[in-house]
Amino acid sequence: MRAIIAGFKELTRYKSAMFGLFIIGLLVAISIYTVIAIPYSEAIRLWRGGEEIWREYPRNALPSWVNIFPGVNLPKTMILSTTEVEKQVQPLGGGTTNIRAVLTFDYSSNTFPKELALRFTATYQAKEPFVDVLWITPDGREFRLDTESISHEEWVLISQDTTLRRRLGNQPPEVGLFADPENPDRPLQGTYQLVLDGYVFEEGSDLDARLIIYGRVHGWAGTDDQRRDLMVALLWGTPIALAFGLFGALVTSVTSLIIAAVGVWYARWVDAAIQRITEVRMILPTLPILIMIGTFYSRSIWLMLGAIIVLSIFGSAIKTNRAMFLQMREAPYIEAARSYGASNLRIVFRYLIPKAIPLLIPSFVIMIPSLVFLEASLAFIGLGDPVLPTWGKVLQNASSGGALYKGYYYWVLEPAFLLMLTGVGFTAVGFALDRIFNPRLREI
Amino acid sequence: MQRTNGKLLEIKDLHKWFELRKFGFIRIGFVRAVDGVTFDLGPKEALAFVGESGCGKSTLARTVLGLHQPTKGEVIFQGRALHKLGRWYRSQVGYVQQDPYGALPPFMTVQRILEEPLIINRVARTRAERLARVTEVLEEVRLTPVRDFLGKFPHMLSGGQQQRVVIARATVLRPKLIVADEPVSMLDASVRVEILKLLRELQEAHELGVIYITHDLSTIRYFSERIFVMYAAKFVEKAGVRELIHNPLHPYTQALLEAIPDPDPKNAETYKDVPPGEPPSLINPPEGCRFHPRCSRMIEGLCDVQVPPEFEPQPGHYVACWLYRDGEVPAADN
Repeated sequence: MRAIIAGFKELTRYKSAMFGLFIIGLLVAISIYTVIAIPYSEAIRLWRGGEEIWREYPRNALPSWVNIFPGVNLPKTMILSTTEVEKQVQPLGGGTTNIRAVLTFDYSSNTFPKELALRFTATYQAKEPFVDVLWITPDGREFRLDTESISHEEWVLISQDTTLRRRLGNQPPEVGLFADPENPDRPLQGTYQLVLDGYVFEEGSDLDARLIIYGRVHGWAGTDDQRRDLMVALLWGTPIALAFGLFGALVTSVTSLIIAAVGVWYARWVDAAIQRITEVRMILPTLPILIMIGTFYSRSIWLMLGAIIVLSIFGSAIKTNRAMFLQMREAPYIEAARSYGASNLRIVFRYLIPKAIPLLIPSFVIMIPSLVFLEASLAFIGLGDPVLPTWGKVLQNASSGGALYKGYYYWVLEPAFLLMLTGVGFTAVGFALDRIFNPRLREI
Repeated sequence: MQRTNGKLLEIKDLHKWFELRKFGFIRIGFVRAVDGVTFDLGPKEALAFVGESGCGKSTLARTVLGLHQPTKGEVIFQGRALHKLGRWYRSQVGYVQQDPYGALPPFMTVQRILEEPLIINRVARTRAERLARVTEVLEEVRLTPVRDFLGKFPHMLSGGQQQRVVIARATVLRPKLIVADEPVSMLDASVRVEILKLLRELQEAHELGVIYITHDLSTIRYFSERIFVMYAAKFVEKAGVRELIHNPLHPYTQALLEAIPDPDPKNAETYKDVPPGEPPSLINPPEGCRFHPRCSRMIEGLCDVQVPPEFEPQPGHYVACWLYRDGEVPAADN
């Protein structure tokens, strides 16, 4: 125990290990923050939520920090609501009331927005309100958008309005409405106005609207093709990856250590059985077995982890541990322990295993990222957990959404960067630990 | 006491053969590491086994300790056969090994090392009792102040201190018998005497029977009353220490004594007569007397045919050699 503590203290002498520890610390901090800030059920709700939650988010938006690069000035999403401005209510008689609201905004980006949409909400009994929308550009041009009756909730997707598109000279509305007449490739910067003229036909009936000018950047991580904020998946992927890697590596290394020690100590048929099982297991390919489990049984991440643990317990670790224990078994102190009556189990757990633990630590640390990668690979080939957001699933979504083909590099690079960061962090620490623990073990 | 007829340990015609197998199951022969050994040991008696490397001394020790099952023959401890004694026997024997560093688990502290036998044999039940016992044995082996040594790991101790811990562990259960397998051969010459004196003191203080195994005759006189010379898995000569050193009878013993280095400047010019050849294979030992291929006084037609029985040419001095077949020391060519 003291040797292990001393070994970890020695880590401070290695710069690479300190760097690795810093990364691991960062990942742990992110995990703790995530689990507290976005509770599990909330994360599932957000990730599985679909349209209702994410409707007002842009589709495939870049992370907003791309704006710090010189010359890049991509618009953020702007949402304007009539509940935030003063509505002019003017009764016209006969039950009809005119509700007029003007939404004003400054557009300063040099790129067109991604989409435009209006969301109306109305309260009425029987007769649907009616609304008339006028778009006024900074230089005073006016476009009449649409005139229609509004149900309780109505989405008007201006970008998909083909009539308007034709009127704007066959340009997408989000381009045509913003374009500078003198320089049609760039939006006109300045103050735009949206004049809403609503007519309600009942007493107590009301009308509200939200204008959503979808941007091209969103948040720290951007969004995917289902408008979901990638931050949810990237954040939640961290505790899942760490838990998966740590738990898997811990159970696998400890169990295979115990099995190898038991096999070596009891020898004869116990050892033979363990060795044969290991050899058979080693020629069975892991991935196809996991694919079969995922396809025919369940894709739950924890079931997959269980399968991976069972499969990797009887792996090469048994062979290396066995070689080590065979050497230790002959140590005089083992013979001495037998001479004062130590039982078989006591020899295995008190005399063989403690000596092997320092050797186990580096391989345990290095094993963590390989399990994280395995989980990502499984998710990538479509065997990810059906519910949980993980890095691997982001990669899989990116792949199936054609991210690289369409140029959405951030979508692939973000989870890949986190995976690599995990790999680098644990491996740097693992290699340093290997250098610390192994020279001593060469004495045995 | 049971029907012990005064003996602590009786060994009767003990054999330990190790099977040699091919492909793991075809038996192709045996290594006869111990091949028909008989002796007994009184309480408080110290006994030494001497012999070359590979003659079976250590296997004999391990069989006596019960670490090996004898192939044939019996180990009788205080009048009861070893295989009937079970775990109790573990607290009655102590084992001192050759390599003190290897004999101590490197990941345990001195205190833990000494407590292990107590915990396993349920001797001292409480922590305080165990600590008291550990302190007591550490004082006996003169690792004082005890407090300084309790928390140390074996690699922090010198070779002599490590061997003291090994001896402390062997005596912590208050055994009746100590088996010391080359306890000083890996220590510095200056430490050897100290350790042997310590063993001697412990033997006297606790009235222990001691089996002392060595290949080095020069260390024996510190210690034992009787010497058994072992050659190729058998005893060839048994005698008191003085008797054997001053009057060796078996040709092998004579050669062994000749080979003791003596720090005498005259020796620089002389060569010693060492018997030619190698110790025999224990898989196919020679017919008759096992020493005959190397013996300068071999009798054709007798030594190479018949196994010599034990003769007693002088009272208490046994020798397995055909030269003494008349029961007395031949006066000739010695």
